[in-house]
Amino acid sequence: MGSKVTAILVWVSTLILYPSMAAAERTDGILSTVNLPAAGSQIATEMYDLHMYVLYICVVIFIGVFGTMLYSVIVHRKSKGFKAANFHHSTTVEIIWTIIPFFILFGMAFPATQTIIDMKDTSTPDITIKATGYQWQWGYDYLQGEGEGIKFLSKISTPREQIRNEAPKGENYLREVDNNVVVPVGKKVRMLLTSNDVIHAWSVQQLGVKQDAIPGFIRDAWFKADKPGIYKGVCSELCGKEHAFMPIVVEVLAQEEYSKWVAGQKQESAEPAVDVNKEFTMDELKATGEKVYAGNCAACHQANGKGISGTFPGLDGSKIAVGPKADHIKMVLNGKAGSAMAAFKHLSDVDIAAVVTYERNAWGNTTGDLVQPSEIKAFRN
Amino acid sequence: MAAVHHPDNELGHEHEHHGPPAGIMRWLTTTNHKDIGTLYLWFSFAMFLTGGVMALTIRSELFQPGLQIVEPEFFNQLTTLHGLVMVFGAIMPAFVGFANWQIPMMIGAPDMAFARMNNWSFWLLPPAALLLISSFFVPGGAAAGGWTLYPPLSIQMGMGMDMTIFAIHILGASSIMGSINIVTTILNMRAPGMTMMKMPLFVWTWLITAYLLLAVMPVLAGAVTMLLTDRQFGTNFFNAAGGGDPVMFQHIFWFFGHPEVYIMILPAFGIVSQIIPTFARKKLFGYSSMVYATSSIAILSFVVWAHHMFTVGMPVTAQLFFMYATMLIAIPTGVKVFNWTATMWRGSMTFEAPMLFSIGFIFLFTIGGFSGIVLAIVPVDIVLQETYYVIAHFHYVLVSGSLFGLFAGTYYWLPKWTGNMYDEGLAKTHFWCSMIFFNITFFVQHFLGLAGMPRRVPDYALQFADFNMISSIGAFGFGFSQLIFLYCIIKCIRGGPKATDEVWEGADTLEFTDLPSPAPYHSFETPPKVK
Ligand code: HEM
Ligand SMILES: [Cu+2]
Ligand SMILES: [Cu+2]
Repeated sequence: MGSKVTAILVWVSTLILYPSMAAAERTDGILSTVNLPAAGSQIATEMYDLHMYVLYICVVIFIGVFGTMLYSVIVHRKSKGFKAANFHHSTTVEIIWTIIPFFILFGMAFPATQTIIDMKDTSTPDITIKATGYQWQWGYDYLQGEGEGIKFLSKISTPREQIRNEAPKGENYLREVDNNVVVPVGKKVRMLLTSNDVIHAWSVQQLGVKQDAIPGFIRDAWFKADKPGIYKGVCSELCGKEHAFMPIVVEVLAQEEYSKWVAGQKQESAEPAVDVNKEFTMDELKATGEKVYAGNCAACHQANGKGISGTFPGLDGSKIAVGPKADHIKMVLNGKAGSAMAAFKHLSDVDIAAVVTYERNAWGNTTGDLVQPSEIKAFRN
Repeated sequence: MAAVHHPDNELGHEHEHHGPPAGIMRWLTTTNHKDIGTLYLWFSFAMFLTGGVMALTIRSELFQPGLQIVEPEFFNQLTTLHGLVMVFGAIMPAFVGFANWQIPMMIGAPDMAFARMNNWSFWLLPPAALLLISSFFVPGGAAAGGWTLYPPLSIQMGMGMDMTIFAIHILGASSIMGSINIVTTILNMRAPGMTMMKMPLFVWTWLITAYLLLAVMPVLAGAVTMLLTDRQFGTNFFNAAGGGDPVMFQHIFWFFGHPEVYIMILPAFGIVSQIIPTFARKKLFGYSSMVYATSSIAILSFVVWAHHMFTVGMPVTAQLFFMYATMLIAIPTGVKVFNWTATMWRGSMTFEAPMLFSIGFIFLFTIGGFSGIVLAIVPVDIVLQETYYVIAHFHYVLVSGSLFGLFAGTYYWLPKWTGNMYDEGLAKTHFWCSMIFFNITFFVQHFLGLAGMPRRVPDYALQFADFNMISSIGAFGFGFSQLIFLYCIIKCIRGGPKATDEVWEGADTLEFTDLPSPAPYHSFETPPKVK
C-alpha cells in the first residue's frame, strides 16, 4: 500500500538525516549539545542533578507503559485472530495505579524542596549588585561589598553587520557585550533586579539564576560561582523588538584579579569627571551625541532618523526635535508614558546634552541649537 | 457538505416540512446543529492554515542565524498572532464543532438546546478573526507582546493591541454562549435511560470543559479589559508608577490560562476514549475512573496557575505550593493513560486512521506530560522557563495532543457525517507524515531549550544553528502534510465507498447504532431507547 511505502521512506530518511545533520561540523560529539551545559555553581549543580533524576524516572515509566502498549499492539490484533477479552474494570488495579504515581511524584518533588529553599536564601551576601533592565541593555550598580560604587551599562557588542548577514558571524555571535559584569569567584553575589520600562529577565543558565526584572519592583536572586571563567546568559522575558539582542556576560575572576579590576574601575571614576559646567563645542557634542544615539536611540528611531513608519516616529524634522529645546530634553529624560519611548534618566548629563544636540543638528535638522550639560543638570533638579 | 439531507417526512414537525434554504442563506440563518458544526469545523481549519502560514514564516526566519526574512518587530507580531490564532481560532472552535455535531447524536437529542444562540455563537467568530488578522495592516501592526499579552510591553503596542483585545472579548462571548448551550443540552436533553454515568466519555469531557470555559473566560475578559483601560483611559491596574502591579496581570491571565490548556485537551481525551474501545473491540477500561479523573483534572487546574510564573520571584511557600499542586495533576492524567492502555490490552485491534492517530496521541501526549513534570520541578523550571524546552512541551500536548485528537475524531466520524468512507491509504499517509515531521520539528526543541536557547527570538547564537535547521525542515514537512488531510476530506465529501450505518465494527454509541449514514439532517426527533 502507498501509505506503508511512504512511512518507510520517511522513517529511513529521518534516521539518516537526523544524526548526520546534527553531527555535521561538530567535533565534540552530539551529546554535549543535547543536555544542560555544565553547572558553574552549587545551585546549578543541584538543578542539573534534579533534571537528570526526574528525566531518568520519566524514561523508566515511559518504557514500562509503552513497552506494554507496544506488546499489545503487536500481539492483540484482529488480523492475527486474537479474540477480545471483556474485562472493563478492576478496582484494585485502579487504586494501585493511582497510589503508586503519588509516591513517585512525591519522590521527585521532595528533593527539589531543599533546593528551592536554598535558591531563595539571599541573606548575607558578600557583594550586592543591582541590575536594571532597559530596552535594550542592562545597567549594573555595585551596591555593597568590594567594588561598591561601581556602575556601568552593558550592551550587546556584536556588530549590526553580522546580524544583517553583511559580515561573517564571530564565534560569540549575540553572546558578547561591551562591559562584562565582573565578580570574584567563590563569593556569594546577590543580584537585585528591576527594570526601567517593561519586564525583562536576568538569566545565566550555568550559574542557576533566572529572575524577572519588573518595573517598579525589586526582586532578588543569588549565585556563587565555583570557578573563574565567562558565563553567558540572555534576557529571558520578551521585552520588545530587540529582545534577542540583550545578552548578559558574567566574568568570574580569582580574588586578586577581581581586586585589581575594582581598583582599575575606581581609578577611572576618580579621574576628574567631566565637568558638567564646562562649555562644550558643537563638534564635541555632536561627536559624542552620535555615539550615544547609535547605542540607545537608533534601534527604534533608526540611524537615518527616519524611524519605522507606524511603529516608531522619525526624528528627522519631527516636532519635538526641531521645536522648543525644553520639550526635547524632557522627552529624553522622562520618556513618554504608555509608549515605547523609555526614560533615559540613567544616562549622564553630558550624554543627554550630546544626544539632544546631535538630534537637533543631524540629518535635515538644522536648528543650530547647542545644549550644554549644565542645562540638563538644571532640568533634573 | 454532503450531509445535506431532507428531513424524514414521517417525523416532520409543521415547520420542518422543507429542507434548509439554499445557498449562503442556509449557512447564515441555520439553527441546525449539524450545519453549525460544519461551519465551526471549516472555520477552524481555515484558521489552522492561517496560523500555520505564520508558523512557517517564523520557522523560515529561524532556519539560519542572522536576520534574513522578517524584521524583529514583525517577527514578534507573528509569534503573538500565531499563538492567538491557533488557540482561539483553530483548536477551540474545532472542538466546539465536534460538540455540535456529536453531542446531540450521542445523547439522543434532536438538536442543541438553544438553536438560535448556537447560530450566533458561531457567527461571532468570523468578525473576531477578521479583527485579529486585519490588525497586521493597521499602523504599528499587530500585537507583538506574545499571546500572553504581558504588560507593560502590551501597553506600548499600537492599535493592533486594542483590536486584539476586542477580538478576545468577542471570542470569549462566543465561547460562553457555546458552553451554556452545551451544558444545557447535556443536562436536559438526554434520551430517556441515558443516565449521567451512561453518557459516552466525549460527552462527559465536554460537559466538564464547558464548565471550565464558563469559569475562566470571564476572567480573561476582565484581564484584557483592565489592559484596555490602562492603555486608553489612564487607569493603573498594571502600572507600578500609578500604584498597580504588572505581575497581577500574570496571575489573572494564568488563572484563566491554565484551565484553558485543559479546555483544549479534555475534549481530545474524550474523542480518544471513544476511539480506542471501538478499534480494540472491547469496552473502555475504568469508565467511572475516567470520569473522576477528568473532574479531578478540571478542579486541580484552578490551583496550579503560578507554575507559569516561577521566575517572577514568588515567596518560597508559593513556589512549593504550586510545584506540589502541579505534580498532583499528573496523577489523574496518568490514570487516563493507564486506562487507555488497559483498554487496548487483550483487545482485538485493527489500525485504521482514527486508531493510529489515537495511539499517536497517547504516545506523544505522554511525552508532553513528562516534560510538564520536568517543568513543574521549580529548580529545573528556573533553568528552562522561557526557553525552547517550554515550546517543545506545549507543542507535544497541543499539537500531538489536541490536534491529533481532532484528526482522530475527524476520520472517526467523517463517514457518519458524509455517508462515505474516506480514503484509508491517504489517511494513513497523513498520519505517518504528521507523526514523523512533528517529531522532527519539536523533539529537537527540547535540546535547544536545555542548551539555553530563549523563545520568542528572531535570531540566535551559532551553537543553536543545527537543531534550528532540522526543526524548520520538519515544520515545512508537517505543514505540507496537512494538505493531504484537506484533500482526503474533500475527496470523502464528494464521494467514495458508501459507509455502513455502523461504520466501525466495534462502535457502540447511538450515532452508530441508531442512525443511518449519513446521519439525517434532523435526527432523533423521537428519542431512541437507551439500553
Ligand atoms: C502532566 C501534565 C502537565 C504538567 C505537569 C504541565 C506543566 C507545565 C509547566 C510547569 C509549564 C510552565 C513552563 C514554563 O513556562 O516555564 C507549562 C507550560 C505550558 N503548558 Fe503544561 N503541563 C501539563 C500538561 C499540559 C497540557 C495538557 C497542556 C495543553 C493541552 C499544556 C499546555 C501548556 C502551555 C500552552 C504552556 C506554555 C504557556 C506559555 O508560556 O506560553 N500543558 N506546563
Ligand atoms: Cu528581553
Ligand atoms: Cu499550566
